[in-house]
Amino acid sequence: MAEIGHYALILALAVAIAQGVLPVLGYWRGDQRLLGIGVSGAQTQFALVVLAYAALSLAFVDNDFSLTYVASNSHSQLPLIYRLSAVWGAHEGSLLMWLLMLTGWGFAVSLSSRRLPPDIAALVLATMGAISVGFLLFMLATSNPFERQFPVPAEGRDLNPLLQDPGLIIHPPMLYMGYVGFSVAFSFAMAALITGKLDLAWARWTRPWTTTAWLFLTMGITLGSWWAYNELGWGGWWFWDPVENASFMPWLVGTALIHSLAVTEKRGVLKSWTVLLAILAFALSLLGTFLVRSGVLVSVHAFATDPARGVFILAFLTIVLGAALLLYAWRAPRLVSDGAVQLVSREGLLLLNNVFLVAAAAAVLIGTLYPLVIDALGLGKISVGPPYFNAIFLPLMVPLAVLVGLSARIGWKRAKLGEALWSLRWVALTTLIAAVLLPYVLERSFAWLAIAGTALSVWLMIGALLDVTHRVRSRRDRWQGLRSIPAATWGMTLAHFGLGVWTLGVTYAGLFSVEKDVRLGPGQSAEIGAYTFTFQGTEHREGANYQSDLGTVFVERSGQPIATLNPEKRLYPSQRSVMTESAVDHNPRRDLYVALGEPIGDADWALRLYYKPFMRMVWFGGVLMFFGGILAASDRRYRLERSALNAPVTSAQTAAT
Amino acid sequence: MTKRQSRMVWVGVLLGGVALAAVLGFKALRENMMYFYTPTDLAANDAPRNARVRLGGLVERGSLVRGEGLLVTFTLADCAQKVSVRYEGILPDLFREGQGIVATGALGDDGAFTADEVLAKHDENYMPPELAEGLKSADGRHNCAPFKSVNGNLASADAPALAR
Repeated sequence: MAEIGHYALILALAVAIAQGVLPVLGYWRGDQRLLGIGVSGAQTQFALVVLAYAALSLAFVDNDFSLTYVASNSHSQLPLIYRLSAVWGAHEGSLLMWLLMLTGWGFAVSLSSRRLPPDIAALVLATMGAISVGFLLFMLATSNPFERQFPVPAEGRDLNPLLQDPGLIIHPPMLYMGYVGFSVAFSFAMAALITGKLDLAWARWTRPWTTTAWLFLTMGITLGSWWAYNELGWGGWWFWDPVENASFMPWLVGTALIHSLAVTEKRGVLKSWTVLLAILAFALSLLGTFLVRSGVLVSVHAFATDPARGVFILAFLTIVLGAALLLYAWRAPRLVSDGAVQLVSREGLLLLNNVFLVAAAAAVLIGTLYPLVIDALGLGKISVGPPYFNAIFLPLMVPLAVLVGLSARIGWKRAKLGEALWSLRWVALTTLIAAVLLPYVLERSFAWLAIAGTALSVWLMIGALLDVTHRVRSRRDRWQGLRSIPAATWGMTLAHFGLGVWTLGVTYAGLFSVEKDVRLGPGQSAEIGAYTFTFQGTEHREGANYQSDLGTVFVERSGQPIATLNPEKRLYPSQRSVMTESAVDHNPRRDLYVALGEPIGDADWALRLYYKPFMRMVWFGGVLMFFGGILAASDRRYRLERSALNAPVTSAQTAAT
Repeated sequence: MTKRQSRMVWVGVLLGGVALAAVLGFKALRENMMYFYTPTDLAANDAPRNARVRLGGLVERGSLVRGEGLLVTFTLADCAQKVSVRYEGILPDLFREGQGIVATGALGDDGAFTADEVLAKHDENYMPPELAEGLKSADGRHNCAPFKSVNGNLASADAPALAR
């Protein structure tokens, strides 16, 4: 079976080459038959990669330890669900998953290709085919998951226990969907550059794909943060770890791209900027892959290293980015704007938003790459810590948040700043009052950072709703008004509201968290604010493929019992590794977090205790953005058929979602 | 405003923004950069005192001493030199004697290192690249005999407290 998988990959490579080359030739010669190869190629390739993926999954289900990859990442005692998710638990398999996503996106585009002009569809699919060629070559040359080994070991080395967690089952696929999804926007950008046509229709085709990629990335990052919080036992939710940054940079640029696409659609301006962003978003996704896979990073995520892989991806990145930028330099001047941009107008503010987002991405990029560059130049070994990222990132987010509220009252094309500000006076006043009151009411604080953070958060939440309320008020029949609001507007409202919720979470969890590392014996207790944590000791447990010490901690608030928490320390014998399973009692208002540190002496343990206000809001904000993205991508106007009317609705977007 | 003027305003805003970001960025970068040292560097007085740095090395066997509360002291060494490290807090799951770790903190005037963060890596044979290089061994494994054997023969002694 494994050989079938391997063979399918080789066939897929052949198909991908044809898909990458022939449609371009067809475009050049005006040959419709060659153009059509894009669609059939994408579908064949997808089928082949699905076959390969199924073959590898089957090997995991059957515990086929003759495959090196299975033997190093699975174990006969491993629960089935983790055996299936172990497929993407390490380098080779996650690359196959990556490829599955890439061809899946290609397949989705091919399904909706009837809505596109044949030449655009063919060029988009050809670009995706060319990207596939790169990844297939990479896989077959350096990271074949179907490699056999002899002698066959009797038992596997087990999946990294860190990855044996429900959060980790879906975090990588979501993230990859996002990363790889930007390849569609990239391919559309290439098609626009080659044909020199970038009009309203192009923007409408590209937007839902970009939004869909973005929403997956959003969810992937959110899940990753939630997983780190629960599994790493440090109680942190974001570490500015280079690999986190690798996913965050495409997110920032992708967010900028979504907004600049809106401008391109509505006003026909910023065309070449939009194309550039599409190129950058995908380039940063590739850079992320390079950072994670090449082993240049010290990180939770860094897989076993092989310099050849790093070199290959770096070369691939150079070719893709180099070719794209060359094409851009040559053809972008042809993309003529349909008008000018006024600073005080919605497109002007969106351009400003783009500037801040891209500047933030650049700052993160510098902080991430600087140590690597210094090291490569032999100038010493340095690291750039979270304080840098916080110092640079947070100030850049402030104007962004202000802009969101402002843009709700600024129209397209040209607007009067004074009028807009005047119409926002009540919102501003409410924001100010809330900003001064809330930190005091919630945390008894007048810290100016808390006031500023609350102000931004409230401003964002109210500002997000303004568009909706305005549309409702402008109709005489309110219900009619509410129903006439397009899905895209609801999506935007929800996502911006989510950003407000996220800001609230970041502000309070960041400023008012209390952490205590304590040494407690059974019966002893420690206090955080009004909460008393009493340690009851630990008992020994046997799990499916691990042994554990299960602790019990009673939490009381002013004498009233609140929760019983059971943090756990697990030992996975097959990998001889120890895992900390924290225990959290949460409600929207606060998290109480307990993690077992280490045993000290006879029965004492080191315990990590946390009080984190509004911690859930950080992830809830991300989830709101995710659903906002779904609403926006599902807007009807993106599904209008090219040849109008009768054709059945085969919505690739909903399929992809 | 004429079209030309408005464009100039735009360019001005952009340039100003970029310049501000660059200034802030490099200021923040300079202030938050941490250099990596080995015990040999510290012994040779190559590292600044009382500045936040990262120190990588192997935890010497039998050097871990627990104090009051969560206080621990241990000796961090490379193949040539040792330095005493003080740390108050919870050690990571993968912290074991004989293993490579990276401690973040500052070197005091008394020559002892006070750490506020200790990182250990997930794989027993894996070592932070900078540390591996510091130990003059290219393959990421190390062979300083006093600390740990390359093939993990001392495995049982390495298993965490839990296994006892």
